Amino acid sequence: MPVRIQTKDFDAGAEMAALRRDNPKIGAVASFIGVCRDANDGAAVTKMTLEHYPGMTEKALEKIVAEAKGRWNVMDVLVIHRVGELKPADQIVLVVVTGSHRGEAFAACEFIMDYLKTRAPFWKKEETPQGARWVEARTSDDEAAQRWEPPKSSVA
Amino acid sequence: MKIKILYLASLREQLGKPGEDLEISPATSTVAGLRTLLMNRGGAWQAALAQGKALRVAVNQEMAQPTTSVKPGDEVAFFPPVTGG
Repeated sequence: MPVRIQTKDFDAGAEMAALRRDNPKIGAVASFIGVCRDANDGAAVTKMTLEHYPGMTEKALEKIVAEAKGRWNVMDVLVIHRVGELKPADQIVLVVVTGSHRGEAFAACEFIMDYLKTRAPFWKKEETPQGARWVEARTSDDEAAQRWEPPKSSVA
Repeated sequence: MKIKILYLASLREQLGKPGEDLEISPATSTVAGLRTLLMNRGGAWQAALAQGKALRVAVNQEMAQPTTSVKPGDEVAFFPPVTGG
């Protein structure tokens, strides 16, 4: 399964080892881990709850992975995204891309994260000393995703 | 025709419900039409769904546009811009 949504934590080392096991053609493993911070937009964050849209989330992530595989010459991709309650320093998301060479693996990994941030249906709610609040989407995330758009394509 | 609607994340809290099964007229055949229909309920509906509010809509779990058509049995989800990762 290239895409997993789960409440439990993940072991990035074990996941990377499993993804490249028995494949001596792999020359590069690029990865990204997103982590829960203890502050956001000027307020301390004590806890975070991640909600998603079961069904659509998996489809959206699989579509992003398929698009990455179509754009770059990479071998395997793994995306793990946690949901439920998380605390500062907890891991949130893991993306691993394997390929022959680093350039395509790096690019595909960054593309998957940029698209995940703007297209996969997850929402964060933070607990702060002033109360709970939903995290606002950032225009910088939209701009990051738009870098990958082909000139004529429309943004969904 | 009957459709299933979902309200997710902050929108669920603003509207006070996770979703509903709704019988709509075949004339309300697009995402934009459905949004207007719901907005016309007034109060929290008007406030949460008003034009200009950043809102995303998925039809049958695919991102949709205002012009996307809505057919009998469709699952239509309204939600705020996503914030995962």
